[in-house]
Amino acid sequence: MRLLDIDNLRTTFDIHVGHVQAVRGVNFHVDERETVGIVGESGCGKSVSMLSVLHLLPDYARITADKMVFDGTDLTRLTPRMFRKISGDQIGMIFQDPMTSLNPLFTVGHQLTEPLRIHKKMSKEQAHATVLEKLRLVEIPDPESRMKQYPHELSGGMRQRVMIAMAIMCNPRLIIADEPTTALDVTIQAQILDLLSGLQKKLGTAVILITHDLGVIAGMCSRVMVMYGGVVVEEGTVREIFYQPRHPYTWGLLRSIPQKNGERKKLVPIPGSPPDLIAPPPGCPFVARCPYAMNICNSAMPDMHTLSDTHCARCYLLDEGAPRVTWEGSRE
Amino acid sequence: MNPTPIVETRHLKMYFPVGRTLSGKPRRLLKAVDDVSFSIRPGETFGLVGESGCGKTTVGRSIVRLYEPTDGQVLFDGQDITHMNEKQQAPFRRRMQMIFQDPYASLNPRMTVSSIIAEPLRKSGMSDAQQQARVRELIDLVGLKPDHMQRYPHEFSGGQRQRVGIARALASGPEFIVCDEPISALDVSIQAQVINTLESLQEKFSLSYLFVSHDLSMVRHISHHVGVMYLGCMVESAPVDELYRHTLHPYTQALMSAVPIPDPDLAAASTRIHLSGDVPTPIDPPNGCRFRARCPYATERCAQERPALREAAPGHFVACHAVSG
Repeated sequence: MRLLDIDNLRTTFDIHVGHVQAVRGVNFHVDERETVGIVGESGCGKSVSMLSVLHLLPDYARITADKMVFDGTDLTRLTPRMFRKISGDQIGMIFQDPMTSLNPLFTVGHQLTEPLRIHKKMSKEQAHATVLEKLRLVEIPDPESRMKQYPHELSGGMRQRVMIAMAIMCNPRLIIADEPTTALDVTIQAQILDLLSGLQKKLGTAVILITHDLGVIAGMCSRVMVMYGGVVVEEGTVREIFYQPRHPYTWGLLRSIPQKNGERKKLVPIPGSPPDLIAPPPGCPFVARCPYAMNICNSAMPDMHTLSDTHCARCYLLDEGAPRVTWEGSRE
Repeated sequence: MNPTPIVETRHLKMYFPVGRTLSGKPRRLLKAVDDVSFSIRPGETFGLVGESGCGKTTVGRSIVRLYEPTDGQVLFDGQDITHMNEKQQAPFRRRMQMIFQDPYASLNPRMTVSSIIAEPLRKSGMSDAQQQARVRELIDLVGLKPDHMQRYPHEFSGGQRQRVGIARALASGPEFIVCDEPISALDVSIQAQVINTLESLQEKFSLSYLFVSHDLSMVRHISHHVGVMYLGCMVESAPVDELYRHTLHPYTQALMSAVPIPDPDLAAASTRIHLSGDVPTPIDPPNGCRFRARCPYATERCAQERPALREAAPGHFVACHAVSG
């Protein structure tokens, strides 16, 4: 069942130097209980598109969408108050840096119980018990005493667990995790990723995982969206993206990471840097860095080509009559 | 015959005082680096990996003498430079340089790119014209354009700034460069650009690198020799293929298994070794083996006796009581 369905999402920031078109027409959906990964470089619009859905952007952001439906409710028609009710209850958000998302002046316990007391009108004891239960669920050792501590007294991994507890406090249907492990060490990252996938199974939530780490995507997600320059350039199941990628940007990403078997092949970087989204190129956003760019790529944005029920890519190379370019790493 | 190592540390220790009593004595010691010995051969890259707080950055900084080591020795090209004064150090300073992690914080925002790169040349006795020529040459070497010279750091992307940092490090014609997490602030596609630049410069000038990083797959790609640190100690060190294929130390094994694999089938087939808990604080670290609290094989002996780094296979050093051989 569709949990979240979004059509033609556009987000523009009006700032003094111009209009930054951070998200330029993104369609996506999330089914119940699935994990969708969004991957791309900094500034590609992956975080902004999610923050747009949650209305978590500043006033100078202009957000439009043809369709924004969460669990049958049209989000575009809701009053802010009703929206907060739905988003606060049913969508949990986990941010990259737990230190800046927790208030340093209040104890962990205070920060976790307060929303329950205000929004759910729980008594002090009820809220305390609920928080304890959630802290146990995220495997925080000795949760009673942790609740009395301040965020700075916790390690990075523990803080991220607190953030996750906060996100699942109201038993959400969807968790959006924005680079949840980027600030953590690998062994702690492994713990947090295991926790997330365990919780997902236990609670039956859907997860949107935003990351730049292809390794995290490969291990966690069933579907992947690759974003570049404010648009989705390729979308497919995790196997389609890793084994039969069709967009040159996806190829570039996969080539620029070291070989898995330790073979020391020279890395193939993507030359240049991402486009300026104040004046994005009229054609394909990747044209300036694409080794296969053709004249047409400069003139108009390529359409999404459907390659299978689950797989689509936005590239002129997929047109009939375009030169045939294949990726060396393709396999079934 | 082994050539003289370009850099060697012997029992390097770096303690930082934490808090002071009224009489000025440190209350406690943060043992960032505690007895670390290794050597780097000329023209090679030594990869130093470990989690945050393990002391890998401190090792790099102590070698280039940004810190005054508490104890132990640092040898550069066979000469002990640990206790040299400024004047004696001067000729060595030119031969070792550093590239920093954060390309935003390590470049002076008020200086143009050309003056940033020329700064190490100011004491070189070169004329202005010679300096400018050298800057142009360096700009070209690292893949920037001549018209970038009069611009300021904020006009550049992260990858380009890191190139400026590399050009500055190359200015004095060093033989050895400490690369302290040079790519961790960059996007994946840009990381590969910087790594390739570092590799081709190494080839061209037979540079030696100390490559400090937490990215195990990148370290595997760029290094000849790898050392793994945990809480101030070197727990394992070996030639790169030996270390990654025949991993001996339980910590290294856990570390490697925790790295996400960018391949869905392999990722599904792999098993992760779970390490419970966090890295303990290096302030008054545990006795004996520092890893024992998280180690699945810890015994009584590990609590009492600190395992020494010994050769378990030719060239493969490991500090663990549980590893036989």
